[in-house]
This record gives sequence, structure tokens and C-alpha cells, in this order.
Amino acid sequence: MPETPRDDHLTADSSPSAARRRIRNRALAIGVSVTPFGLSFGAVSVEAHLSLVEVCLLSLVLFSGASQFALVSILGAGGSYLSAVGTALLLGVRNGLYGARINALLRPAGWRRFVMAEVTIDESTAMAVSEAPSGNAARAFWTTALSVYVLWNVSTVIGALVGNALGSPATTGLDVAGPAAFIALLAPRLTTVRMRVTALGSGAIALVTVPIVPVGAPILIGGLTAVALLLVLDR
Amino acid sequence: MKLWLAVLIAAGGGAALKLAGFVVPARLLESDAAKRILEALPVTLLSALIAVSVFATGSHLVLDSRAAGLAVALILVAIRAPFLVVVIAACATAAGVHAL
Repeated sequence: MPETPRDDHLTADSSPSAARRRIRNRALAIGVSVTPFGLSFGAVSVEAHLSLVEVCLLSLVLFSGASQFALVSILGAGGSYLSAVGTALLLGVRNGLYGARINALLRPAGWRRFVMAEVTIDESTAMAVSEAPSGNAARAFWTTALSVYVLWNVSTVIGALVGNALGSPATTGLDVAGPAAFIALLAPRLTTVRMRVTALGSGAIALVTVPIVPVGAPILIGGLTAVALLLVLDR
Repeated sequence: MKLWLAVLIAAGGGAALKLAGFVVPARLLESDAAKRILEALPVTLLSALIAVSVFATGSHLVLDSRAAGLAVALILVAIRAPFLVVVIAACATAAGVHAL
């Protein structure tokens, strides 16, 4: 439910036009921040002997950066089809978990549900969740989804055609653009000790499992274990 | 298996996983416990994602320029810096440390 504006409804931060501007700027920044990964994904895919059509199919349909990178990296390194597809799908499970939250939050009906599911990823979910208290979750979700979808697909094609001309995301520091954006978006949710401990616990559990479980599993293990702990603690 | 088949299965499977979250019956999402789980899940999953994308490369734990970027992001978030400042400063820091 949208929060009722209090007496500060005339201040810049809570006016509808300020909210629209804020969401548009953030969505655009997040879209731009995925482009170096799109470029290198395209380049890595071609090196792994994928055709341009296959590369585009992945960005248009799979549309999940981590899954796509895992798939072509494992294929490129000579891994089996089974481990490549398995890791990609393992990394895709969290999108389904996000989907349950987005479904409860935005209640799409009919065909919208299919479109919404296709663009339910880390970025659109983080933006929708962060704008939920202001009542702008739907706008934040769709704006971010559109921005990331378009820029991801465009950068993928360019990467596949021209190779990785920009250098690796590490050189430009863009490998922390995602984590930094997610922290900024999550911060308002982390005001209680309870949620801070849960978030830190989730990260810690994920890291502990990194060396011992398959790539892709630590995020799920950390996220799900932390929620379970939260429920136990609340008792 | 052919390469195109692997690509097709990954793409179709990934899209199906996304849809799975949307076909959960609405009444299952109504309970108090379900609401609390669903509200906490994006926070915990994104926290785990942040940790793994900063401190891991494949199956190895690593401490590199990304950690410096994350530290700057945390400080700027704590002092309520604007969103874009947080993201740009984190990237600039990571790039600077990487270049050392």
C-alpha cells in the first residue's frame, strides 16, 4: 500500500514529479552500468563459438546476466553442456524467488504476468522493492526493466560484433557498479538491527559456501538460510 | 548434445524459472509467514549476491579492488550520499585501486 504523504508532501523528494525523475535517473544509471557486462558477454560468447543468433537468443530470452555469463564461460573453458546449463539454471532460480515477491507486490493479470516474469531480475526487483514504501513500485519495476533490457541486448550485439574493445569491467571499476547500486537501494530496508544482521548473515553464509558448492549455489544458500534464521529468531 | 540445444535449454529453462514465481497460487502468498518470507527474500538474496560478486571469483574467495569499491559505497550510503554519487564513487575507487 502506498504510504500516505505526510505534511512534507510539498518537499521535492516526495512530489510525484520528483519521484518520476528519481526513478528515471536511477533506472538509466543501472541500465548503463550493465553495458560493459553486455559487451564482454557478447565477446566471450563469440569466443566460445556461439553464433550471433544464439548470443541474441540468450540475451532476449534467458535475460539474466549471471546465468548467461556462467553458460558461455563454462562452454568456453571446455566444460560439459550439462554443467554449463546446470549452473546457468541454478543461477536462474533466484529470479523465480524474486517473481513470487514481485507477484505479491504488483499483482499482474493475464499476459502482463508473462512479460513481467521475463524481466524479473536483480535490478528490476531491487528497484521495485526500494520504491514500494513510496507507492511507486510498478513504475520503478517497469522503468528499470525497460532500461536494462534494451541496453543489455544492444550491448550484447555490439560485444559479439566488435569484441571486447572497452577492456574488462575490472579496469573501469564497473564490476562494483551492481553491488554499489544494490547497497544504495537496500539501505532504507536495513535500518533495524534485525535486518542488518540478517543481510550480513546472508552474505557471510554465501561466502563460506563459495569454495565448497557449485558456482551459483552460494547466493541461494545464503539468501534462503538467512530467511530461515530470521523466522526462527522472530519466534 | 549440440551447442544450439544447450543454448535453447538454458534460455527456455531460465524463462520458465522466472515464470515459476508468478504461478504460485495467490492464497499461498496471503499468510503472515509467507508475507514475511517474501519481504525478506529480495533483501537476503541481494545481500548474498553483493557478497559473492565482490569477494568471489568462480569458486575462489578473493580480496581485490572490488572490496575497496564496496567500502566506499558503504561509507557513502551511511552518510546518505545520492544514489549516483554512491555508484560512480564506488566504480572510480575500484578502477583506481585496480590500476595500482
